[in-house]
Amino acid sequence: MSVQTSSTLLTVSPSPHIHKEHSITTMMYAVVYSLVPALLMSVYVFGWSAIYVTFLAIASCMFFEFAISKYFFKQKASVWDGSAIITGVLLAFNLPASIPWWAIVLGSLFAMGVGKMAFGGLGNNPFNPALVGRVFLLISFPVPMTQWPEAMNANRWTMADATTGATPLAVIKEGLDAGVPISELTAQIPGFFQLFTGMQGGCIGEVSGLALVLGFLYLLYRKITTWHIPVAVLGTIALITGVLWLIDPTQYMSPVFHLITGGVLLGALYMATDYVTSPMTPKGMIIFGVGIGVITVLIRLWGSYPEGVSFAILIMNAAVPLIDRYFKPKRFGAVRNGK
Amino acid sequence: MSKSDQHIKTFPKGGVHPNDEKRSANVPISELPPPKMVSIPLSQHIGAPSVPVVDKRDPVKVGQIIAKSKGLVSSNIHSSVSGTVTKIDYVLDSTGYKRQAVIIRVKDDEWEESIDRSETLVKDIALEKDEILKKVAEAGIVGLGGATFPAHIKLNIPRGKKADYLILNGVECEPYLTADHRLMLEKGAEIIIGAKILMKALGVEKCVIGIEINKPDAIANLSELCKEYPGIAVQPLKVQYPQGGEKQLIKAVLNREVPSGGLPIDVGVVVHNVGTSFAVYEAIQKNKPLIERIVTVTGKEVDKPVNLRVRIGTPVQDLILAAGGLPDNTGKIISGGPMMGKALNSLEVPVAKGTSGILLMPEEEAHRKAQQVCIRCGQCVSVCPMGLEPYLLMNECEKEVFERAEKDHILDCIECGSCAFVCPSNRALLDYIRLGKRVVTTMRRERVS
Amino acid sequence: MSPIIIYTVIALTSLGIVAAAILFFVAKKFYVKENPKIDEVEEALPATNCGGCGQPGCRAFAEACVNAEDLSDLFCPVGGNETMQNVAKILGLEVEEREPYIAVVRCNGSFEHRPRTSNYEGAPNCTIAANLYGGETGCTYGCLGLGECVDACDFDAMYMDETTGLPVVIPDKCTACNACVTACPKNIIELRPKGKRDRRIFVSCINEDRGGKRDCEVGCTGCTACEKECKFGAISFIRHLAYIDPEKCRLCRKCVDVCKPGSIHEINFPPKKKKPPKEKVAAKEKQIEKLEAEVENPNVDKLVVEKKNIDVLKKSSGISDDKDE
Repeated sequence: MSVQTSSTLLTVSPSPHIHKEHSITTMMYAVVYSLVPALLMSVYVFGWSAIYVTFLAIASCMFFEFAISKYFFKQKASVWDGSAIITGVLLAFNLPASIPWWAIVLGSLFAMGVGKMAFGGLGNNPFNPALVGRVFLLISFPVPMTQWPEAMNANRWTMADATTGATPLAVIKEGLDAGVPISELTAQIPGFFQLFTGMQGGCIGEVSGLALVLGFLYLLYRKITTWHIPVAVLGTIALITGVLWLIDPTQYMSPVFHLITGGVLLGALYMATDYVTSPMTPKGMIIFGVGIGVITVLIRLWGSYPEGVSFAILIMNAAVPLIDRYFKPKRFGAVRNGK
Repeated sequence: MSKSDQHIKTFPKGGVHPNDEKRSANVPISELPPPKMVSIPLSQHIGAPSVPVVDKRDPVKVGQIIAKSKGLVSSNIHSSVSGTVTKIDYVLDSTGYKRQAVIIRVKDDEWEESIDRSETLVKDIALEKDEILKKVAEAGIVGLGGATFPAHIKLNIPRGKKADYLILNGVECEPYLTADHRLMLEKGAEIIIGAKILMKALGVEKCVIGIEINKPDAIANLSELCKEYPGIAVQPLKVQYPQGGEKQLIKAVLNREVPSGGLPIDVGVVVHNVGTSFAVYEAIQKNKPLIERIVTVTGKEVDKPVNLRVRIGTPVQDLILAAGGLPDNTGKIISGGPMMGKALNSLEVPVAKGTSGILLMPEEEAHRKAQQVCIRCGQCVSVCPMGLEPYLLMNECEKEVFERAEKDHILDCIECGSCAFVCPSNRALLDYIRLGKRVVTTMRRERVS
Repeated sequence: MSPIIIYTVIALTSLGIVAAAILFFVAKKFYVKENPKIDEVEEALPATNCGGCGQPGCRAFAEACVNAEDLSDLFCPVGGNETMQNVAKILGLEVEEREPYIAVVRCNGSFEHRPRTSNYEGAPNCTIAANLYGGETGCTYGCLGLGECVDACDFDAMYMDETTGLPVVIPDKCTACNACVTACPKNIIELRPKGKRDRRIFVSCINEDRGGKRDCEVGCTGCTACEKECKFGAISFIRHLAYIDPEKCRLCRKCVDVCKPGSIHEINFPPKKKKPPKEKVAAKEKQIEKLEAEVENPNVDKLVVEKKNIDVLKKSSGISDDKDE
């Protein structure tokens, strides 16, 4: 029973007796590192407020995880395993840089409390906690959540009130709804290269597709995550919007526009690939990704919100147990028709 | 026949890459002299324990039969030393339980006259098919790769089945172990004649020797020797664990998939370890029963890792002494490799037919890390070579819903340990899956009866 | 009244009627005829669904009772004789009184009695540990101390004693449902008759090896002294382990006195008036001395004792000496 005495006795345990050199913590921190380029880019675009929002979100997520596990679960909190940091970063990345501080704290509380700890903590939450927090804020406080500081604003290093503008997605959506021709609308938004590097309005983390892709390549290299979900999401979005664009380019934007604006890259590369809330098998991951892609396009083109990635991921999160149940890996030696 | 730049093959699904750690790969096999006392366990194989045919105070010679097989799946056991039987008692063996063993006090080294102890290579196979089968059974040969399944049963092809390939398993995918590697380097010709004998017994024309490419010298040696024998070829294989699993090896070499719940013979293949092949050579050509085997003694802190030819029944501590003694910070002693071996709780455990290695793990590597919650990362699913879902099976076994585990094909598990090796939460996946396999097997047996 | 309200009322009413009709016919069509006595019997049972009777739950047991011609093979250990009488009354059958049973832990190898020889580090589950090896001590028969019996108990009638590392049965709560007996991979727990005035005598050891004392101070050595002492032929030996047949035992307690290691336990007996035999006193004194020595010297704790063990092991194989050179 006593652990201290073990050092003098031979240890006996079932095989295997060696273990790969990694742990939850190393994997979680790898994800955190991979998000650094996107953070730096958004600091460049939005100024100090990006750092302020991100670190406040991290701190409050870690605090709530600590407080809930200590005072509700009465157990040792695993604040430093990195999962609360990821939730904090991703929540911040899904907020506009001008968000007031109380909304960040409230969002973190909801993300950790309702999104994660209410289900039993790490590993048990069916929905991505950061997205739960974001959607909670979006529905409860739509005004601060949809005021986007302009990219590359001159005041961004002085913390003065920044001018706000609409995101490219909103410009297109509202314009099309009002019957403005698409050629006029495209003139109002930045070019594809600027959009991809991050010169656009939007949430902190989602503006620079380039930085996000770089971070994701690092994760692929470290074998922390697989390509299945991102490829399925992006492929589906590109396919559907591409077909519509080919049919009627005057009514629909090109697939490239859809891929590099809004939260598609952030969602597909980081939010949908969250281990806990995504399927276990490659087959299941593809189905999951395709579902996210389809729902995103539906909301973007015909829904009332200009952006739908968050909702799409949350809806597909709910379907994960079902996907896991029906999409099994291919078994070695499985005999067709029969056992 | 054999091309040196052959295409390197592997099995298609799952697998892991533990560090090689083959510290004793360049150490030639040396012989460990017989100890003062041996205790030869009566169950060194899968199946029913053998029945002793010697009694207290009986004198025995090296190679004399001391226990006869009992029942269908069982094996003969021979004395590995000469001397006197002191008692037949219950002795702690590598299963961690006390089981029957014949204990012999060693005197001199007197062999049965019928055994040919010379080193000369006997190439001509004089015996006919049935005689070979009988002789293999008599010599008490079991699978020396670790599974210890009696070899003569595998050679008896059931009615209605047909074999067209023999595969020799020289993969040795377990880290640290080098016993088969050294054997292939030093006794290559004998192994190939052994393969010839096995082919004759099975009535097959083709034989492939599968070797991982981390043993280029062994591949070169056997490829060269094979040239003389049409029908035998060497197949280089990628370094990937569990390449040496029977089903994975067949899939890699021949691209045939053993059906779930089936045996290799269902796809016309019989697999034997290279060590078994060598033992068959000795039994048929030299009339020598299985009384010794090659054991690797190794570990990160071990002074001089060695490959030893050891008499069956020698206590493990003698082997450790031959490797330079027990390192001070030894925390775990494993019989076999680190992925599938068994941890021992005593140094007096005797070497048995299935002991392929003795691995001494330093204290800092001897312990499991604390188990954390499953974060559903899916790595266990992606590394499982059998296409199972270990996380699910563990859950089901932990909650004791074994019927569900059975439906999720828990019995397909080959216990390779890849899932537990890779789990970032250090979950005891294989512990519970193994428990579930036992329960489900009992459930099935009860259902039949 | 506006037509909308009228239409709504009509629509909802007709919907309700149609649904009721469907329900009625479905219930008729799929009605399963059951003996109403099953419900009655089930009512009389304790509703614990523990499976102690051998049936998968109380309802199944009730069905078995109703279908059985006589109740001699059926017994609800939780409800006991009283419940079985009630069941018999409902069914108009006779039932014999049965002796009440209780679970008994047949291992006394506490930390103090059994030195540890290895350190188990697998999943904390008795069956997994038992499948792997004999256990953390030299005794390959004894309790593993991982508490599977406690987990199996539906009645909170067992707990693990922290100081001994062994499970303890709470007599008042134990219903002799057999759950712990099947849960234990080492077959340590046995159901024995509660005995007259709750008095029981049993061998608290299941080590069948010769000289069980080597690994455990209180292990049965197989000396057969108790067998010779017993006048009623109640004690028999399986390999080197004594077993007391509760049917034959008359609770005379003579075997308890002759057992040198103290493997035979007596429960709920009044203290003996006679002086205990000399051996026992001597053994006890020895034990006390040892304990005192340990208390006096705080450094002589288990760690050192165990360290010594492995040192002895190393020395006997000449290994540590070699290393020093």
